[in-house]
Amino acid sequence: MISIGIEKSLKAYAGQRTLKVDRHFPMGSITQIYGPSGCGKTTFLKCIAGLVTPERGSIMVNEQLWFEPLSGINLPPQKRRVGFVFQDYALFPNMTVLQHLEYATNDAAWINRLLLIGKLETLTTHKPEYLSGGQQQRLAILRALAIKPKLLLMDEPFSALDPEMKTALIQELKALFDELEMTVLIVSHSGEELAGLVDGESLNLD
Amino acid sequence: MTDLSPIWLTLKLAGITTLLLLVAGLPVAWWLSKGRSVFKTIIEAIITMPLVLPPSVLGFYLLLAFSPQRGVGKWLNEVFGLRFVFSFQGLVLASFIYSIPFMIGPIKSALQQLPASLAQASYTLGKSKRETFLKVLLPNIKPSLLTAMVLTFAHTLGEFGVVLMIGGNIPNVTRVASIAVYDSVERMDYTSANTYSLILFSITFIMVITVFLYNKYQAKSPLE
Repeated sequence: MISIGIEKSLKAYAGQRTLKVDRHFPMGSITQIYGPSGCGKTTFLKCIAGLVTPERGSIMVNEQLWFEPLSGINLPPQKRRVGFVFQDYALFPNMTVLQHLEYATNDAAWINRLLLIGKLETLTTHKPEYLSGGQQQRLAILRALAIKPKLLLMDEPFSALDPEMKTALIQELKALFDELEMTVLIVSHSGEELAGLVDGESLNLD
Repeated sequence: MTDLSPIWLTLKLAGITTLLLLVAGLPVAWWLSKGRSVFKTIIEAIITMPLVLPPSVLGFYLLLAFSPQRGVGKWLNEVFGLRFVFSFQGLVLASFIYSIPFMIGPIKSALQQLPASLAQASYTLGKSKRETFLKVLLPNIKPSLLTAMVLTFAHTLGEFGVVLMIGGNIPNVTRVASIAVYDSVERMDYTSANTYSLILFSITFIMVITVFLYNKYQAKSPLE
């Protein structure tokens, strides 16, 4: 079980907003997160990953406290080991497709399997600037999966994919999530694109 | 025949200064590039001072600070046998301070322009801050690194006031090329002055144009 109860004030052009979430996610669940622009979806994911520190609250994953300011607990992102797919992909311009995955893991067999899932097996020597938007987005997903995370956070992960690619990839991912018993939170505006992937009640941050 | 030792001395000084500043400047630039605080702003202002201060003022303070007759200079001389006044190591120290903004400035702004998510992505993969800096951040600011190194090197070549104040004009020890030009003109030896000037001019021109060309062909990535 993942229990998250946090408060974080958001910087906004029009006054202050506060992100408030109190929610439990069963292990192995796949949940959609949605809400209007600026409501804090990305900040919410970053709080879980340890990239942003909430002002109040606690984060508990599988009986382990990740964040609890009253007892001074705040695990750094390196120790939380969540998979994170960034909205801007955050690919490393100096690394090729293969180097991205090798930076994340030493498991060659796993890398090969990921490359097949993302249909990037013929592009291993390409750097991000020579990849299309869709290919970049797939690489960002593969890199996050490379560390075999127990918890995967995805920020608009399918926005640049054409419908065919999206359907095929989501099917592959669904099988992979089940196999690795991953818990997944996906920020997405469209519930349709995630049909068949998400289970459980989606989370509205508005 | 013109004595070329001032040229070699200058190149040695510029090379040593650039290497030392690169090693010392990288962590400082990295630290300055992250977040903001009053303390950081003050440090940044101090680092930028050599850019706007008359070199003779800097040289004067260094001369006072490292005079072997008193204070720090006396202590360094007595305990370590180190003299920073009228010595080559004194020139290195003065050049180091004088060129700090040229090394740190470009590296700091390049690091600030990298999206924060690059380092964040590396952290979520379990990589330490140091590994992230060396393998993700540094390789993606290569053109700025080169610019910083060349600027530092070229700026050291062109030093005059600071060197004259703290180093004087001792052949093979502190007589760098820019001093030699001035010295030759004083002695009405225009041939030597011309040789030194031409060599300095050529070296700096080649360096600057190399940076321009490199950055033009390299910096095609949307990050630069």
